[in-house]
Amino acid sequence: MKILLVAEYRDGKLLGTNSELINFATQGGGENCMFLVGSNSTLPNYTGKLYLADAGQAGEFNPSLHKQLLLNVIEKEQPQMVVLAHSSYGWDLAPRLALALKAAQISEVVEVKDGNLVVPSCNAKLRRQVKSTTDIAVVTLQGGAFTPAEEPSGAPEVIKVEVAAAGGDIQFAGYEEAEAGGVDLSKAEIIVSAGRGIGKPENLEVIENLAKALKGEYGASRPVVDAEWVDPSRQVGTTGQTVTPKLYVACGISGAIQHLAGMKKSEFVLAINTDKDAPIGEIADVLAVADLKQLVPILTEKLNAM
Amino acid sequence: MKILVCIKQVPDMESKFKVNAAGNWYDDTDLAWRMNEYDEYAVEQAVQLKQQVGEADLTVLCIGSDRVRETMKKALAMGCDRGAHIADDESYLKDSYAIASLIVSYAKDRGFDLIFTGMQSQDRGSGQVGVLVAEMLGIPSLTTLVEFNYADGTVTAKRELEGGIKAKVSCATPALVTCQLGLNTPRYPTLPNIMKAKKKELISTPAAELNPEASLLEVLQVAPPEKKGGGLVLEGDPADLADQLIKILKEKTTALA
Ligand SMILES: Cc1cc2nc3c(=O)[nH]c(=O)nc-3n(C[C@H](O)[C@H](O)[C@H](O)COP(=O)(O)OP(=O)(O)OC[C@H]3O[C@@H](n4cnc5c(N)ncnc54)[C@H](O)[C@@H]3O)c2cc1C
Ligand SMILES: Nc1ncnc2c1ncn2[C@@H]1O[C@H](COP(=O)(O)O)[C@@H](O)[C@H]1O
Repeated sequence: MKILLVAEYRDGKLLGTNSELINFATQGGGENCMFLVGSNSTLPNYTGKLYLADAGQAGEFNPSLHKQLLLNVIEKEQPQMVVLAHSSYGWDLAPRLALALKAAQISEVVEVKDGNLVVPSCNAKLRRQVKSTTDIAVVTLQGGAFTPAEEPSGAPEVIKVEVAAAGGDIQFAGYEEAEAGGVDLSKAEIIVSAGRGIGKPENLEVIENLAKALKGEYGASRPVVDAEWVDPSRQVGTTGQTVTPKLYVACGISGAIQHLAGMKKSEFVLAINTDKDAPIGEIADVLAVADLKQLVPILTEKLNAM
Repeated sequence: MKILVCIKQVPDMESKFKVNAAGNWYDDTDLAWRMNEYDEYAVEQAVQLKQQVGEADLTVLCIGSDRVRETMKKALAMGCDRGAHIADDESYLKDSYAIASLIVSYAKDRGFDLIFTGMQSQDRGSGQVGVLVAEMLGIPSLTTLVEFNYADGTVTAKRELEGGIKAKVSCATPALVTCQLGLNTPRYPTLPNIMKAKKKELISTPAAELNPEASLLEVLQVAPPEKKGGGLVLEGDPADLADQLIKILKEKTTALA
């Protein structure tokens, strides 16, 4: 099987997901090559052919143009699989490419089993093994599912991709950085996080009190932040902070992959959840099946009495 | 202005999922059904746009069995004008490509200026249908939006990227946008609006009449994830649980040191 990897570059830098793409391809054996809209001055560590289009000409975000450049490379290389990260760049570009190729798309692959790709469903409560019926398949990989043990090495053989005319139907007007300031959870040793399971903003106090009793900080999952119950700087996950505390207490958090991505390197995870099958149980050291509104105040009280 | 919003009915993710007899999806008995969370943001944004421009006709479309009509009524009560139900008892067997082709056969000659979809469905999570629809229709699509503005035939929006960074993008209509968490706060339908929604048009068309394309993906197996040893699961009375947890935290962590 021949695989074409689509690497990512943003704001002048290569993204970390590139090593996951390489690891995925290496595990599968077979031949692989890479495509990148980036810069000749920041090349990925990779042994193989790198088709490189200049981001200065093609733009960092210009999906219709990137699609066209990729189609040219695909025609030349004739891969059976095109692999992207399941990221804001990848999930945006992949379906465009799939349709142009009339290829099946397999999103968010977490595993290869018996030569078939496995994807999660229903907030990771189920897994589907799927197979493409087309000669070429477009695949996106779940972040973190194929992290290599060691960073890849080597220098690519660069093949320049000509960018004729820029154009495109979407105008990209630059990035807006995350707001600075707020709480830095990355250094916290103990974090107690509130999820949608707290039900209403008034219950946040229960979580804050437990955090205080444990002399830690409190954090939150995304919906709690979106509802404006908690400051965005306290959000844990792919679009929030990545934390590595000694103890992470997840209260009323289901354990969606985007949340796990931000906290799974915690040393010890305690989950409090009414749902025994909540996916957070997969990575929790202890799952206490309970209503947080009952358990958390009692736990806090007992800790304070110690 | 003509607006379309595509919604999917999905089970509550807190449900217990069992694999169906055919082994190709979950068993759909004993589940509580609701509107796909991302589609609630899509409906809300579509309704806000309709309110902004005044003269607009907003259609909500959903593919699925008759059961999905309940969820469509919620969208009507939130402010959509009419419902287009594409009746298909086997929609769960169709992949994103086939679902997108159905939406396109409905939308292609109807001249929608803006189409809203969720960024992904919670049960399948493929994140493909919206972009596929736009590509099939040959219109631009902006994905994973956390901010949406419309003026004079141009959509100006912010896409969410990883790590809290956003990308500022724009395109001309007709266009399609996919909606992400945090875009807005979906309204709760009020009782008078629920009553009004009952009188709104909600037409069912059999999927077969729209000549859907065949799926490109084959499902070989559906199964719960293998438990990786996993951690300890504790159940029982909260006070006992609290004692057990404190004991564990003392033994296994330095948190109480
Ligand atoms: C591109 C993208 C980026 C994202 N980035 C992030 C991110 O950075 N961070 C993030 O957190 N999410 C992120 N998300 C959202 C993520 O997919 C989930 O939607 C989110 O993490 C769910 O939050 P939750 O677990 O709090 O809520 P839910 O999934 O709704 O879970 C609530 C949980 O609470 C439990 N519960 C309910 N009542 C109680 C009770 N009384 N006591 C105890 N337990 C109870 C339920 O059983 C359930 O497990 C992102 C999504 C996308 C698509
Ligand atoms: N059966 C369906 N009926 C109508 N719209 C759908 C259906 N399935 C998916 N969609 C739309 O496509 C989006 C992305 O779905 P998916 O590609 O399955 O992740 C959803 O958020 C919906 O807006």
